Amino acid sequence: MEAEIALTVDGTRRSLSVDTRTTVLDALREHLGATSPKKGCDHGQCGACTVLVDGRRVTTCLSLAVAHDGAEITTAEGMADGRELHPMQRSFLDHDGFQCGYCTPGQVCSAVGMLAEAEAGWPSAVTDDLTAPVELDEAEIRERMSGNLCRCGAYSNIVAAIRENVR
Amino acid sequence: MRVSPRNSPAFGTEAAAVETGGTSLAAVAPAETAPAEVAPERLGASRERLDGPAKVTGTAPYAYEHPVEEPAYLHPVQATIARGRVTSIDTGAAEAVPGVLAVLTHTNAPRLADTEDAELAVLQSDAVAFRGQFVAAVVAETPESARHAADLVRVGYGEQPHEVELGPEGGTPAARTDHGDLEAAMASAAVVLDRTYTTPMQHNNPMEPHTTIAQWTADGLTLHESTQGVYSVRSVVAPVFGLDPEQVQVFAPHVGGGFGSKGLPHAPLVLTALAAQRSGGRPVKFAVTRQQMFALTGHRTPTSQRIRLAADDRGRLSAIGHDALEHTARIKEFSEGSSTASGIMYAAPNRRITQRLVPRDVPVTSWMRAPGHCPGMHVLETAMDEMAQACGVDPVEFRIRNEPELDPLSGKPFSSRNLVACLREGARRFDWQRRDPAAGVRREGDWLVGTGVAASTYPTHVFPGSSARIRYEGGRYAVFIGAADLGTGAWTALAQIAAEALEVPFEVVDPHIGSTEFPTATVAGGSTGITSWGSAIVQAATSFRDQYGTQPPEGAEAEGATQPNPDAERFSMHAFGAQFAEVRVHADTGEIRVPRMLGVFAAGRIVNARTARSQLIGGMTMGLSMALHEHSVLDSRFGHVVNHDFAGYHIAAHADVDSIEAAWIDEHDPHVNPMGTKGIGEIGIVGAAAAVGNAAYHATGVRVRDLPLTPEKFLR
Ligand code: FES
Ligand code: FES
Repeated sequence: MEAEIALTVDGTRRSLSVDTRTTVLDALREHLGATSPKKGCDHGQCGACTVLVDGRRVTTCLSLAVAHDGAEITTAEGMADGRELHPMQRSFLDHDGFQCGYCTPGQVCSAVGMLAEAEAGWPSAVTDDLTAPVELDEAEIRERMSGNLCRCGAYSNIVAAIRENVR
Repeated sequence: MRVSPRNSPAFGTEAAAVETGGTSLAAVAPAETAPAEVAPERLGASRERLDGPAKVTGTAPYAYEHPVEEPAYLHPVQATIARGRVTSIDTGAAEAVPGVLAVLTHTNAPRLADTEDAELAVLQSDAVAFRGQFVAAVVAETPESARHAADLVRVGYGEQPHEVELGPEGGTPAARTDHGDLEAAMASAAVVLDRTYTTPMQHNNPMEPHTTIAQWTADGLTLHESTQGVYSVRSVVAPVFGLDPEQVQVFAPHVGGGFGSKGLPHAPLVLTALAAQRSGGRPVKFAVTRQQMFALTGHRTPTSQRIRLAADDRGRLSAIGHDALEHTARIKEFSEGSSTASGIMYAAPNRRITQRLVPRDVPVTSWMRAPGHCPGMHVLETAMDEMAQACGVDPVEFRIRNEPELDPLSGKPFSSRNLVACLREGARRFDWQRRDPAAGVRREGDWLVGTGVAASTYPTHVFPGSSARIRYEGGRYAVFIGAADLGTGAWTALAQIAAEALEVPFEVVDPHIGSTEFPTATVAGGSTGITSWGSAIVQAATSFRDQYGTQPPEGAEAEGATQPNPDAERFSMHAFGAQFAEVRVHADTGEIRVPRMLGVFAAGRIVNARTARSQLIGGMTMGLSMALHEHSVLDSRFGHVVNHDFAGYHIAAHADVDSIEAAWIDEHDPHVNPMGTKGIGEIGIVGAAAAVGNAAYHATGVRVRDLPLTPEKFLR
């Protein structure tokens, strides 16, 4: 069964007709030609497909497109402003926070979404004081980023890159 | 077609990075003009990746993302028995699904020209040789309908008994080396060790699954493939389809990791190309799912390895025995050679090294990062730790004491060997001298704390047969070679090598890789990429300067190829390293944490300090992952890997990784190749898990001889 939906992707509104079984990830990749969200597992286990949906990080392989009619989606591509990279992306380059790059757009989106969560005071499994403002030390960053796997093993460089963006 | 690392016009300009104490200021210079005052390149600089902007924005296209017109989608049907025959296939329901274009089975699939490689003889017979093998495939208008229809294919089987488990015994000899008399040395030594260790089946699991887009045209077959070598794909696939090599075009500008599994084509590629013969000329896309990868894209064999060591009372080895047992698929023989490294690591007059292979009804084994050396050195270096303990000698000192003068197997000199320097430098940085040798005695709160060491090695190979072309145009040098960058940094490192060889600034070199339109390149495997391709580029640069001098005319062009190395027969060539780890094991739960790892390597000249460090810590991180998590669990009843996804097959995540540092010592080796490089893609994983295991022993007093180091193994 097909359904008509609209998604705003990186600021551009796109109308499309999707199979009701189509995930947001496949809608982006197969219907709209977006290359930034990656498919690493299709089961919510790797984080490669992470984008920001209405500002929050989401694994798009676990989201059905029909359930996201009207959503505002930001991919890593849209985070850059033309030639100007997002500061998080700049830090990934400075710290060589990737190798093959396949997990990278997901790591970047997840990192940006994670900073906003911490700013909003959301605790994680390693937060000691649940009521105090979150202090994003390395252990907090690692815990909060653990949904984004990197088989190349760029973790220590990724954490270094994220730390530069912690206010 | 032009393959450039920055496909997005937004990032189509060169960014010259100037390093200032850890941060870099991007001075964006237009691509056409070189900054006037930039010095010629010297290898070893810390260069930002040329493909970096495209990677962090996600605009670098990987194989499956190449835009094609009107693609059709493939979804396979996999065997649900481990051995037997397909007796019936009902494709009626699948064919009735709207949008289905074709259902392929062994009864109707196009015939292949060459079926000698049984792994690639897809849908050519009714035989099932392992669970998960392809028995049918659906091609449809959408991925959803292909997947749904594949579910509706009904397959009947005549099942035969199967065996997938590897025991400690059996197998046919695959290799054997004998020096002296191992048994006599064992019988007369002051200290002996005789232990058997196991390492589990493991899967490469690159983040980018294996993907193919195949399309047939009047000229032949076009493939967009996630591969470590476009020319390896061409040379393997062409005969399978009865084509001349030139009729197979392969593109792979960006590859999302491989670690060996994308080194040679596997069955999914052949299936996709077969299916594309039934799609009316439309391109067919197939992305192997993560679950399917556990049966179809290679794995590391489980091993059972017996180590025998004999030493005198001062800790000098008199004998080394290493007997390795591996499984291999019945349909395709492959041996890692797990005991190989025991030939060259330590001096001992008596030595016996054997390999045995046990055919099983399992999927096809293939390369996984540091094949042989990774599981073999894990075991040898664990045994060396046990032996050091038994001899009452510090484990760093024990290794130094048994350092050989010459390659113990061949008797040849090493072209360079700096294991001792790595051990000493690592010990200094890790503050090893303050280590208390007693095991299981340090406790901080609920945590038992220890440190461990292990050695690393990886052979230095150069594959013959790469060539490169250099063209001068508009003040810039374009370098063409059909190489692949799977995250190694080849885009950038090859530009650095070309710049140094041409004696020009890095900023005026534009690399072009990842396509069979460019000159032949060997596979990115065996840590040979930079050494092999770089040698060809240096040769091309030399020939370019010989022909045109330093003021080349517009359009000047020269080629060069990897040259035979006159020193190859005279020297034994290997990289070495020393790995250190600190481990904490929870006294009550057995939870294991690794707060600190350090690797010090001697791997010849380093091309790009930034990406080299990443590659080395990446290898160490994969070694940590192997130590703590990785274990593909074969179900002996059904013959499949039970934990066939990331929920079940754990790999190291952010939370597992604390401080990991890699360093290297300056090593100048004039014998290995024109650049003096040894290859760094694999050595980082070698010995890393042993260092962690040895530290865990030092923390707890519990010696785990079967990987991975899961909590229950520390509780007794
Ligand atoms: S592809 Fe979505 S989490 Fe892996
Ligand atoms: S950079 Fe390759 S998986 Fe993260």
